[in-house]
Amino acid sequence: MFPRPIEQTSPATQIMYKVALPIALVIWLFPLLGVALTSLRPASDLAQGNYFGMPSYIAFENYASVFTQSAIGQYILNSFKLTIPVVIGVVALSTMTGFALGIYKFRYNMVVFFIFVAGNFVPFQILMVPVRDMTVNLGLINTTTGLGLFHIAFQTGFCTLFMRNFIKAMPFELVEAARVEGISEIRIFWYIVVPLMRPAIAALSVLVFTFVWNEYFWATVLTTSASIQPVTAGLNSLNGQWIAQWHLVSAGSIIAALPPVLMFFLMQKHFIAGLTLGAVK
Amino acid sequence: MSAYWKSNQRRLAPWLFLFPGMVMFAIYVIIPIFQSMWLSFYDWDGLGAKTWIGTANYVELFDDDAFTTSLWNNVIWLVMFLLAVPVGLLMAIFLNQTVRGIRIYKSLFFFPFVISQVVVGLMFAWFYAPNFGLLYQLTEFLSGTGIAVLADETYVNYGIIVAGLWPQIAYVMILYLTGLNNVAPDQIEAARLDGAKGWKMLWYVIIPQLRPATFIAVVVTIIGALRSFDLVSIMTAGGPYGSSRVLSYYMYEQALSEYGYRMGYGAAIAVVLFGIMMIFISGFIWKMWRDETER
Repeated sequence: MFPRPIEQTSPATQIMYKVALPIALVIWLFPLLGVALTSLRPASDLAQGNYFGMPSYIAFENYASVFTQSAIGQYILNSFKLTIPVVIGVVALSTMTGFALGIYKFRYNMVVFFIFVAGNFVPFQILMVPVRDMTVNLGLINTTTGLGLFHIAFQTGFCTLFMRNFIKAMPFELVEAARVEGISEIRIFWYIVVPLMRPAIAALSVLVFTFVWNEYFWATVLTTSASIQPVTAGLNSLNGQWIAQWHLVSAGSIIAALPPVLMFFLMQKHFIAGLTLGAVK
Repeated sequence: MSAYWKSNQRRLAPWLFLFPGMVMFAIYVIIPIFQSMWLSFYDWDGLGAKTWIGTANYVELFDDDAFTTSLWNNVIWLVMFLLAVPVGLLMAIFLNQTVRGIRIYKSLFFFPFVISQVVVGLMFAWFYAPNFGLLYQLTEFLSGTGIAVLADETYVNYGIIVAGLWPQIAYVMILYLTGLNNVAPDQIEAARLDGAKGWKMLWYVIIPQLRPATFIAVVVTIIGALRSFDLVSIMTAGGPYGSSRVLSYYMYEQALSEYGYRMGYGAAIAVVLFGIMMIFISGFIWKMWRDETER
């Protein structure tokens, strides 16, 4: 193990390490802690310039007023309406593409695979004008469907890479044995491979949920109205309305960040596996 | 029909499974790249007729100070952003222990990556805010005059980049933590017996074994740096006086904001950014291709 385990060092070093850990964490999360504390500070404190002293009381009402005075509830709902179908769509498409590229040896296998990988890295701006134009022509501009379709297509790139690598690491003998038994390819996919891919599907679902929930650029390009926009774009327009009302901005930020954060803590193992497995094994 | 399927299914099945994903990806990702390239030779407001103007958009870019500023800022982003790799490695080394509660520490250190860049931008905007912002007060305490980072043309880029580094370092850290987990323990023991420790051990034994993690870390960091849009849009909207624009944001401004609808000009900016990124993307793909075919 590197570095040398702290248990093998002198007691003084061990104590120093244990003291350094929480200090480092507080410094690291400073912006987050500051915003979390500000979100619980009454507006009157901020008005009097009491930004960092003791708050006169804990102002949970900031959260209540964010919900009553702004459309944040609607934005959150929009985000869920967008994100959940996208996760399902992406997982469905990439399980199939990953299966095709991971199991079969055919002539253009690698070319197709690397097109997916490369497409995943391109800057969004080179897609912006044509995608927006197409969405307008399909009558899907400013709809959840229009935005969702783009996300499904784009995320399929990364997810194909991930699924294909996962399937490649699976024992191929299972597929061969099934073929000897005369089982059709479609049944092999559905009854043999998909059940084995459950961990990969879980990991991708968590990741795609977080990516799409947090996505901002396409939300501003393809949606405009408060009844459709996801919470990232919504938060930006609320920030414009709440100029310098930091107690509201903070509370709104915390609310918007909460779903992916909860998702991360509940599904931590899958999340980390998803981020690293596609690459570092 | 079914007889044909039965005898050829091994040949047909992969294309059947690829079909929906490939169609979606082609429509939304691959074809638009070429459409943008084509569009960059036109003058178009997004509604009326397109006028062919040849390379006029690109010629205009040369004399456009805003474009030069954006391009230069992209270079600053790229160089500064790569700091995420060594810093992430150091943090991973710091946290690669087995003391009680370390797992919670690791997830809390990873936290910034889970939060949307919009929220990260707002958090740092609060941190940098003039008058009451912590950084402003700190600089005021140290030098007498506070610095409002986001309103200052000298510091604004660095201020935004630091905000971007925060989640990026967390990501690199998690890549390296996984990498450190997989470093061969026997090699470390052997090196220890040979008297290697500290920096020497890190440089000659550990880092070479972390190469796969380093590769991914560099890839995601370079791509992340060149894609930066969210933070610029949230924290400064390119200001003050356009000094924090990057290509991605300038393109958006030209093509789709209150400044106008110059789709062709925007497409030309996007093509330049795409060209820059393609240099790196081809490098990554070339390396991945080599690894795959060597197996």
